Amino acid sequence: MSHHIVEASDLHYTYPDGTVGLRGITFRISHGESVALVGENGAGKSTLLLHLNGYLSPRQGTVRIGDYPLTKKNLDVVRRSVGMVFQNPDDQLFMPTVFDDVAFGPLNLGLAKDEVERVVSRSLETVGVAHLAKRPPYKLSQGEKRSVSIATVLAMSPDILVMDEPTSSLDPRSRRRLIELLKTFRHTKIIATHDLDMALDLCERTIILHQGRITADGRTEEILYNEELLRASSLEKPLSIQLKT
Amino acid sequence: MHMADALISPAVGGVMWAATVGLIGYSAKKIKEEADNHKVPLMGVLGAFIFAAQMINFSIPATGSSGHLGGGMILAILLGPYAAFLVMASVLIVQALFFADGGLLALGCNIFNLGFFPCFVVYPLIYRKILGNYPTQGKIMLASLIAAIISLQLGAFSVVLETVFSGISALPFPTFVILMQPIHLAIGVVEGLVTAAVVTFVWKVRPEILNAAKNSLPIGKLNIKKVLLVLVFVAAVTGGALSWFASSNPDGLEWAMFKTSGKEELESQEGLHASLAGIQEKTAFLPDYGFKKGEPTAEAESKWPAVDSGTSVSGLVGGLLTLIVAVLIGLGLRQRKNAA
Amino acid sequence: MNNIGKNSFDIGYMDTLASGDSALHRLDPRAKLIATFIFIVTVVSFDRYALAVLTPFFIFPIVLISLSGLPAGYLLKKVLIVSPFAILVGIFNPLMDRGILFHIGSLGISGGWVSFFSIILRFILTVTAALILISLTGFNAVCAGLIKLGVPKPFVIQLLFFYRYIFVLSDEAERMVRAGSFRAFHSGAIGFRTFIALLGNLLLRTLDRAERIYHAMCCRGFDGNIRIIRSMKITYQEIIFVFGWGALFIFLRYFNIPLKLGVFVTGFFK
Repeated sequence: MSHHIVEASDLHYTYPDGTVGLRGITFRISHGESVALVGENGAGKSTLLLHLNGYLSPRQGTVRIGDYPLTKKNLDVVRRSVGMVFQNPDDQLFMPTVFDDVAFGPLNLGLAKDEVERVVSRSLETVGVAHLAKRPPYKLSQGEKRSVSIATVLAMSPDILVMDEPTSSLDPRSRRRLIELLKTFRHTKIIATHDLDMALDLCERTIILHQGRITADGRTEEILYNEELLRASSLEKPLSIQLKT
Repeated sequence: MHMADALISPAVGGVMWAATVGLIGYSAKKIKEEADNHKVPLMGVLGAFIFAAQMINFSIPATGSSGHLGGGMILAILLGPYAAFLVMASVLIVQALFFADGGLLALGCNIFNLGFFPCFVVYPLIYRKILGNYPTQGKIMLASLIAAIISLQLGAFSVVLETVFSGISALPFPTFVILMQPIHLAIGVVEGLVTAAVVTFVWKVRPEILNAAKNSLPIGKLNIKKVLLVLVFVAAVTGGALSWFASSNPDGLEWAMFKTSGKEELESQEGLHASLAGIQEKTAFLPDYGFKKGEPTAEAESKWPAVDSGTSVSGLVGGLLTLIVAVLIGLGLRQRKNAA
Repeated sequence: MNNIGKNSFDIGYMDTLASGDSALHRLDPRAKLIATFIFIVTVVSFDRYALAVLTPFFIFPIVLISLSGLPAGYLLKKVLIVSPFAILVGIFNPLMDRGILFHIGSLGISGGWVSFFSIILRFILTVTAALILISLTGFNAVCAGLIKLGVPKPFVIQLLFFYRYIFVLSDEAERMVRAGSFRAFHSGAIGFRTFIALLGNLLLRTLDRAERIYHAMCCRGFDGNIRIIRSMKITYQEIIFVFGWGALFIFLRYFNIPLKLGVFVTGFFK
């Protein structure tokens, strides 16, 4: 069970051009939690996410994924536990067909051909895009690309799902479908998003990032109703709440 | 300018393909040795970049005309010669397949003309030499201009040679040269200016990119010599083998036929004879009619006996009839397919 | 002005054609590659005055188009679009080569004109063959066939990536060009300075994209070796296809059927 824990201790990060990205981030996310990471543009959400699978290394502080501290040595192991879904699906779908993309991970893990085919079908079905298997990615709609990129990550059987703005540029129906899909996942979920309504719908815990610091970390319902807190972090209440009050 | 299948002979096409295949294999090997995993997505994406960029027309200052990018030099500067060559080959392959740019047999020529010269000759021997170790904006401009001009001149001249050696076009060598080289001088200047401007842009905004490419390049005359040696060897073997095969018999055959048989037999064997003679002409290194003007009457009659007065009207009639039959067959098949 | 969008749409369309369902579509790409190659080499192996003898070769594209349901009009249009080049170079032949080769009645036909039309025929035949190949096979399948035929895998993988991102980059480029031209005060090709800025920015974004793609690959365990699963089989159908057409081409190369047909027919009028 412990390999589902994501822990950050006093993370500091500075960009190559000198701007400070993260100023001491500390949190602990346990197995099965759904956490929304919210904040204005430039608050550091994507930067923080990129630390969680070792793409970026902090200037100071540590990241632990389950039993493993994140170091260069156990990057491979960590990347198998942490599945990252990028903001731009075109960056994640680079193979000739959908099938190839979803099979990419399992093939790299050394699975045999028929095992790979099984894993790929399962992932595609889970996400509801089995009929797109032979399609080249450039022929997919934005929503379909999103779904397929999730499938590519699921095929690696990660314990932790990290997603960067999954609902951006999705039409309402695709968005609804995605949210319903994510609700069925038992993985630990860390989702950076501007879509506060989705956060309310999907995540029981919310972390607010503002100028590289955590300004709030607690139950979603408490935080997203707290107007003062939200405004101090350059945010506002989710639309669904605004319409109610 | 691209070489086309309509103007090429199998011998020229074959030799150039052999050279290109050799270069592709060699470059792929070098890339593997480098073992830079970053390059895998980078090469593909830069290829798409060049492809897209080539479709953007821009107006050339001080003229009224528009131009567009070739890209070989920029690729070489960003990726180093081996990767750049492979990327250039990819762009040309897609263009040949989807836009019928040139043709599949002439593709070997085109990859060589537009890839080999910028990547393996001009980039290391000219561009890098002028640029030195401490680039300045002036040096970038000078290096890019000279490099682009020379690589385009070499490419254009290759097209001339390939066309003339193929013997399908009747353009004489001097005329073709006078047509091609000046045009490509202008194109080279534009290419050089664009290359210089883009490289300067990148250099000012993100210089580390250029440094990375620079360090991956093993410059040194040794490598170029190896490449050239391989090429010369391949060309000599292929060209030599083909002309040996073609030239050893037909002359003797012709002589033998004349001496031992009458005209009727000559005509009935015309198929084989014509084709052998045809092959011979195309692989002989300086086919006569490529270099002379308007004197084919006597030559043509001796080399293609079918083409003399009575029979070639029949030939045309037969050709037309054949076409009609072919189209009818096609329509019939289509009918059956739709009915099924 | 700029036909970026049109070109990438074109490629996408031809790829769609390749997903058609006919026996020809289902043939292994290697068979189609080899047959096309034999066709082209045979066609260009004729000497410059070959004219009527080229006509039977039209049976190859005609049969393929008819049996596979490919749109003949569309392919013909593509041939026409690239034809100016062939005409431009070929037109020198009649200018240079004036010796009279034969007469039709009292009209003398020069060698130059014969070779000119020969160039045109070669052009149509070879271009059509290439277009049919890609329309029947699709680029991904062609690449798979190339790997099986021994082309170095790193090169083909790179080809596949390149193809994959053509559409993405064409879109980006088109958007940037459109934005640039909206702010220009003249229509037509964009100015040089705008072009450079556009190109430079597109290049930087492309380099960034390459980094992100590389990261995505590493996240899924990329170790330098790209593995693709493809099941390809050579059956008797492929063998018949290649050897059948190949034999026909070689036969037509050495036996001048149109001439025989023409002699036979004109014999009636003598």
